[in-house]
Amino acid sequence: MTEQAGFPLPSQIEDVPGAENWRSMYQYFTRFQPEDDKRFWFYNSMHFPEPMPAFDTITGEIPYQAIGANTARLFVFPTTLGIEHRIVNGRVYITANPVLDPAEIERRAAEFGPRAGYYFENWDSLYEGWKERLRALIAEIESISVPTLPEWEDSDAVFSASGVSQNHYLHERFHRVLSLYSKMWHHHTEMLMLGYGAYVVFFQFCQQAWPEISDQTVARMVAGIDVIMYRPDDELKGLARLAVSLGVDDLFTDGCAASDVLAALEKRGDAGAQWLDAFAKARDPWFHVSSGDGFYHHHLSWNDDLTVPFTALPGYVAAERAGGIRPRPTSQLIEERDRIASEYRALLPTDDEKAAFDQMLGLCRLVFPFVEDHKFYCEHWFTTRFFQKVKEFGALLARVGVLAETDDVFHLHHTEIDQALADLSLAWAGGTPPLGARHFQPIIAERKRMLAVLKDWSPPAALGPVPEALNDPAVRMLWGITQERIQSWLNPDPDEVVGVAASSGVVEGVARVLFDVSDISQLREGEILVVPVTAPSWAPVFAKIKAAVSDIGGSMSHAAIVAREYGMPAVVGCGDATKRIRTGDRIRVDGDRGTIRVLQD
Amino acid sequence: MALVVRLANAGAAGAGVSAVGGKGASLGELARAGVAVPPGFVVTVEAFAAAMAAIDPSGAHRASVEALDAADLAGIAGVAARLRALVTEAPLPAEVAAAISSGYADLGADAGARAGAEAGAGADVAVRSSATVEDSAEASFAGLQDTYLGVSGAAAVLGYVRRCWASLYNDESVAYRRRLGLPEAGVAMAVVVQRMVAPRAAGVMFTRSPVTGDRSVVAIEGTWGLGSALVSGDVTPDAWVISKITGDITSRRVSPKVKIHIPIQNGSLTPPSPPSAAPGEAAQPVAEAGGQAAVPSELGWVAVRDNPAELRDAPCLTDDEIRALAAVARRVEAHYGAPQDIEWAVLDAPFAQASGGAGASGGSAASAESRVVLLQSRPETVWAAREVTPAGAPKARAADHVLALFGKPL
Repeated sequence: MTEQAGFPLPSQIEDVPGAENWRSMYQYFTRFQPEDDKRFWFYNSMHFPEPMPAFDTITGEIPYQAIGANTARLFVFPTTLGIEHRIVNGRVYITANPVLDPAEIERRAAEFGPRAGYYFENWDSLYEGWKERLRALIAEIESISVPTLPEWEDSDAVFSASGVSQNHYLHERFHRVLSLYSKMWHHHTEMLMLGYGAYVVFFQFCQQAWPEISDQTVARMVAGIDVIMYRPDDELKGLARLAVSLGVDDLFTDGCAASDVLAALEKRGDAGAQWLDAFAKARDPWFHVSSGDGFYHHHLSWNDDLTVPFTALPGYVAAERAGGIRPRPTSQLIEERDRIASEYRALLPTDDEKAAFDQMLGLCRLVFPFVEDHKFYCEHWFTTRFFQKVKEFGALLARVGVLAETDDVFHLHHTEIDQALADLSLAWAGGTPPLGARHFQPIIAERKRMLAVLKDWSPPAALGPVPEALNDPAVRMLWGITQERIQSWLNPDPDEVVGVAASSGVVEGVARVLFDVSDISQLREGEILVVPVTAPSWAPVFAKIKAAVSDIGGSMSHAAIVAREYGMPAVVGCGDATKRIRTGDRIRVDGDRGTIRVLQD
Repeated sequence: MALVVRLANAGAAGAGVSAVGGKGASLGELARAGVAVPPGFVVTVEAFAAAMAAIDPSGAHRASVEALDAADLAGIAGVAARLRALVTEAPLPAEVAAAISSGYADLGADAGARAGAEAGAGADVAVRSSATVEDSAEASFAGLQDTYLGVSGAAAVLGYVRRCWASLYNDESVAYRRRLGLPEAGVAMAVVVQRMVAPRAAGVMFTRSPVTGDRSVVAIEGTWGLGSALVSGDVTPDAWVISKITGDITSRRVSPKVKIHIPIQNGSLTPPSPPSAAPGEAAQPVAEAGGQAAVPSELGWVAVRDNPAELRDAPCLTDDEIRALAAVARRVEAHYGAPQDIEWAVLDAPFAQASGGAGASGGSAASAESRVVLLQSRPETVWAAREVTPAGAPKARAADHVLALFGKPL
């Protein structure tokens, strides 16, 4: 093996002092093996910017088994098998598993062609069916009731001769929750890899034709305008309008607490009732938007924590009073998108190139609604329901004393929750207290302590030997890992944070680093928002800020699209912006180059 | 054919390239296309011919040049020096001198800046040779690239016009023609006399990337003061790339611009004011310490100075100015129907005002455009001559593009 260009080998990573026991949190199959030293791994900071709580490792385990199955076995992608992941010191590293043998590539290509071709040819009707399947999955996970384990079974169980007691359903329903989560991820990747493939060919074509074109400009030619991720924000605007027309708008003042406003509305007669009714309708499903990307249990949705919507409502109410909320300039945005596309097209010298451009752009616009909207169905709506359901199991385990508090359930791996449920099932049946408290509570306390220690570890951007060729389209399109990116990891500039140029423009301003959606009220007019991720739930804050920076996301991510619409600079997918930038820092966000510079006084 | 032609008519019918030279014709065409160009006039090839008819009536001097052996460097040096002395010093036909003086006086009237000034004072102008030959190698060898900046007064203008003419008889020019055996009878030159501008910043721009050949961008390079600092290699310019289609500035490089070239006007220096200063605000005096003396070299009267600290590391253009330049570049490219290589200058005040008329000022790209003038535009030749691989070709089905991508071996 050749000399390392600068990345440590997996075997050279030392345990973080004070958290030497981190392995006890994770499954054996997530650990680096000696032979892993020969491969190139990179830190998936995009999805996993924090150390993993034990339960949350399911957001690696399940997606990677779904993605790999999709590319390697279902569609038989010729050049790529699946993605492998490992956890070290709580951080998730991944590597793509390429197919290198030309004969094997050819054998796989013969299978891939007809399979992928079928999806592209029937994209719209398949997407309609896909939405139905996702809605069915969501309806099912919402319908699962967690057994309450009462003192006695309801007598109906006897008179209907069901013959089965509730403790039986502990496992069955918990497994059903996990199973639905897995199925959701299989559907998530079902059309996504092909959809990204359409983007990649168009991006490559544009880069060949116009070497100076930015990813965000290509993205602007593709972006659809009517995508459902705008719905949560639109719903809020609708509720603000309704509050004004019903005359209950006085309740929505800056700093108002959701619970106070809701209680006050109860006492406002018909008007209050009407508003509350509209509010209830808007909440399901449109408030099932996560403040993150659904990869951590603590990425709460608007429904879990009403702070975000109630921070935004007073602003929208004020705008409505001051002459009406400005509607999104939809037709203008469509015109601008089409102008950009047609002007680039006009620069192509030959008819052949124009025809290729039309084919590729057409394909991108065909897949765009799925690629954009799947996030709401999968990462937001379904995943919000999923974590809520697991939390209900946590509440049960806390009620019977196994856990000190409900959220402690997220510090157990799903196989450990299985154990705790077996214990509980036996205990309830036997009429004795479960033994889990004595077993799990010290483990959980230790894990929480270790996670706090691991949070301060700075994981290397990559591990292992630098690959000579790195052109796996899947890795490129999902994580933007290129040779240039690897070089920037090897030679970092200490004052420069590098990410994906998502929305153009350069501004300087004061940074506001927010980790949690509940801190949103700290945000001041004209600050630059720096967050781990901007999901649709953050949409209302864009009216207040001057630029956006995030650890997670690409040029087609939510933050990128919204920032472009607001005409403000954005740099996304920085990996560690929230760590390297502090609230109060003066920073320069360069949305053209994809960099943030921390300015010295 | 007229002895002098106003720039606005140069290159038009009856005053083509053979009369006004390439530079004159190109500037005239820009002016007629509605692009701001400093006003001026062209001393035509006819004026040169009339002057030579008076200076060398029998053609004996030119015949002696034609009789020289290309290898006889000493002989060339002697004959060429004599002819140069005649071209710069022998009496001119009165109508030629009068035409140039009158063209110059009109320029002063155009500018309106010197009304009531003492006799002999006039506009500050640049005097630039305008070759009638197409071949740039020949133009370069033949010394047809002369530019004299900061020339003032009718007598001085006449003197520098004659220096341009005399450059046809540089030792290298003569040696070049003798090597190729070119007839002396075909030797001719036009001269452009143009009002000087004192730019805040100046430079070059290309309507396709000189690096990648990308036609969707304008690549701009610029520095404080006169663009001669950039052309001469005295500074590393600031550089930007801006998309023609989105207006996004996709690349910015600000370099330390150690030197600055400043036109000397009647002995005084006018450095540019930093972009924060309002147009018309008093300019900061340039530090004398470490500065160099004015150089009356081939550049004319230009001072090469150490750039003051507050300008050195500051970008020489604002984003509005960058967008304004890109807008002008697009118009020029559309006018010619081919990518262009352009010399530009950005002024402190709207061009119409600077040249005597009224004009608005403000911060937007539109108002920045009123402060842009062009000094030259010529077709881009490097990428035009290159084979470019097509970006792609259509396939039977759109999806085949994706299938091909994933089927590509590593």
